[in-house]
Formats: sequence, structure tokens, C-alpha cells
Amino acid sequence: MKVVVDMIKCQDHGQCVFAAPDVFSMDDAGHLAYVSDVDEALRDEVEEAADVCPLQAIRIEG
Amino acid sequence: MTRRVVVAGASMGGLRAAEQLRAAGWTGAVTVVGDEPHMPYNRPPLSKEVLSGKAPFESLAFTPKAAAADVEWRLGTRITAARLDERVVELADGERLSYDGLVVATGMRPRRLRCPGPLVGRHTVRTLADAQILRDALIRPGARVVVVGAGFIGCEVAATAVGLGAGQVTVVDPLPLPMAGPLGDLLGAALLRRHEERGVRFALGTGVAGFEGDRRVTGVVLDDGTVLPADVVVESVGSVANTEWLDGNGLDLSDGVLTDEHLRVGGRPEVVAVGDVARFPNARYDGLPRRVEHWSIPTDTAKHAAKVLAAHLGGTEAQSAPFAPLPTFWSDQHEFRLQSFGSPLLGKDDVRILDGDPDDDVVVGYHTGGRLVGVVALGGQSAAMRAARYRAQLLQQPALTA
Repeated sequence: MKVVVDMIKCQDHGQCVFAAPDVFSMDDAGHLAYVSDVDEALRDEVEEAADVCPLQAIRIEG
Repeated sequence: MTRRVVVAGASMGGLRAAEQLRAAGWTGAVTVVGDEPHMPYNRPPLSKEVLSGKAPFESLAFTPKAAAADVEWRLGTRITAARLDERVVELADGERLSYDGLVVATGMRPRRLRCPGPLVGRHTVRTLADAQILRDALIRPGARVVVVGAGFIGCEVAATAVGLGAGQVTVVDPLPLPMAGPLGDLLGAALLRRHEERGVRFALGTGVAGFEGDRRVTGVVLDDGTVLPADVVVESVGSVANTEWLDGNGLDLSDGVLTDEHLRVGGRPEVVAVGDVARFPNARYDGLPRRVEHWSIPTDTAKHAAKVLAAHLGGTEAQSAPFAPLPTFWSDQHEFRLQSFGSPLLGKDDVRILDGDPDDDVVVGYHTGGRLVGVVALGGQSAAMRAARYRAQLLQQPALTA
């Protein structure tokens, strides 16, 4: 599946990092970094990350 | 006949409940009933990005999960009564819906001030419509704004109004410091300083006695008779649970809907409550039922409640541990952010600075019996990241009652 983050909406809350640490991380400056091609096995945690994003900026495709 | 779950309330809690029922394997019908005309939308930006015009109203809509595509949405109507013994709810137009499972997700509405004076010019911020009307009022040049209530919404609206160039913004609250109720004095004092430095005025330690003006508000009368001139008044003085429709069923509705440790209502396994209307015991803490009006709670409650309800309707009982969420909230005011993990409210009597300085970025710990129960960061992004380091510690803790 593909993960897309609307980086205009994203405000670096980092809730997605707690939910799906294999996919989302914060860089040293506190800004979001993420992997966009994600193994299907991680679907539950990516969905959780999308749910808990305060800006609802995470979209899962496929 | 198709079995059906009725979800009462079409905001975030109702949406998440519908989605999570599907995720939990419920294949029967799901009908969501909500009084607003809109599909579920995200409310926090109503006092911030949307009010300030940085984000369009359209950007707020949630994108429902594909699994919930067949959910029936009954919008622009409300449930007016329920007969839980008969498993039936009644809509405003008299139509009756029978159900196999019921999710209570009717949320809260703003509490209003009852003191005398005109109503026109007085605003609340709960719905899209509220925010649209308030924005129109705030952008009139030179608007004098009085915000009643220095809690989350009051402080956010005051900051947004200053940012929009309002002529004068004053926050009134009976407590001596802003946000002192949820956060205590240390951060309250830091917030007061920050707001004042950015042009927000405060009238603290006083209530509102009334409003001046004939047809519309021209001033806010304080307890001591002082009048604050006002073109726009925002009332952010707490909220009232939307539970009237549940009256007459023998439920404890004294503050929202009382639930058990699995969010079930009134000893009925087919009725659950989610979101900020649910007064639930949190097994992570002292087990006392509380309502929690944080953004994380609708999703957390919906996940647990949907599993419990779907299992019951499927003929089994969920073997899950009692509900024990770690609450989290944030609040953006001016260019700084409050970020909280855990339950600062429970540790307000023992507040310690964990990191930093209240005049700059600061991380504050809240303790009960010497144990850390909540962490709040105030400042920039680095403070929030430092607070997040305590999250694992807050999650690992056994229940306070253990």
C-alpha cells in the first residue's frame, strides 16, 4: 500500500510516530519523515496513524 | 430481517464507531443519525486555522474509511427519544428506528451564560456554522472582542482574534489564571504572560453579571459593575451533554452517560457510549468515571466500544482488558503549542518542571502520590518532542488502584 501525507496540512504533532514507528519518524529538527511504500503487514498501524493525526493529513492508497 | 446498529451522533465519535464496527466484523446495517447537515468533520481547527482563515471550511471533512462506505447517514435530523427496553429510538419527524445495537455518540453542546442582556453578538464555537458566523464578526475592522472563559477554546479564540487584527481582545474568567482548571497555576501563569505579551488583555477573578445593549451586545458587565465595551462576545464556559433523548430509561445521566469499564451503558450489553458524552472509568488511573473532552477520546472509545458491541452482537463477549486510554491533547495559541500526554488534571497538586523554563520552552510533570500521571509541554516543537519522551513511561504504569 502507499502512504501519502499532505505536508501542507501536517503540523508535526508526531502522533503518527507513536502509532506506526516503522513508517513515520521525526527528524532532528522535529519535522515529519515517512516511508511511502509500506508493507501490507503494517496496515493496522498505518490506519491507526491516520486516525490519530490531528490534522487528518495521512491518506492510505490501495 | 437485517440486523442494525444505530449510531446516535454523526461527529467524530459516530464516524469512528461506524468504521470500527466494520473493522470488528459487524456485517449488519449501520445507521448514523446526526443533527448537523454535514458529514463528520474535524472540530479543533474551528477555533484556530479555520477561524483565522488559514484553512478553508471544506478542509475539515473526515474521509470515511472504505469499509464504512455502506453506512447509512441520516443527517440534519436528531434522535429525540429512546426506549432502551424495546430497542427503539425515535427521530425528530416521528419515525422510529429499531436496533440490535445502539452507540451513544451525541457529544456536547456549549453551555450558555444565563445572565440578562441581548443575545445578538454572542457566539459559541462548536460547529462549522458557529465558526463561520464568528469569523465574519471577527474580521470587521476594529472589532472589540470579549471572550468569556479562559479555557482551551477561550484562549485559542483570543489568540486567533488578536492574530486577525481585532481592535481589542479581553478574556474574562472567575479563576485567577487562564487554563488553571485543567493545567494548574504554573502553566497558567506562563500562559497569562505569553498572551499578555501578544496583546490579549485579561479580566481575571471575576464573573460576568450581564450584557449591555438593546438589540445587540455593546458591552459585558463584570461582577463589580465594570463594563467592557464589546462588539463580539465569545462564550467559552464549558459544555452540556446531549443526553436528553435518553431520559426515562433509568440511566445515570448526571454528567454525560455513565458507562462501565467496557463503555457499556446501564448494564445493557447492546448499548455503548463513545466520545465526550461518555463518562467512563479509566483503568489506567483511579477507576473513577469521568468524561474526557480531548480529541483523542472519540477514536479511542470507538475502537474499544465497537469491539465489545460487535462481539456481543456476534454471540460472544469480548475478552478484552478494561478500557485504559492514555489521553492526549494539544492546543495551539499564537505561535506556541501546548502538548499533553496522560492526565495532568489528576496530578495538579504536585506539579514539577521536568525540563526547561516557564519563560521559554518548558516541560511540566503532574504527579499523584509521587508518580508521574501527566506531562505537558509549552512552547515550540522541541518542547513537544521532549514531552513525548515521557509517553512510554506514562503508558507503562500500572493502574493507580493496583
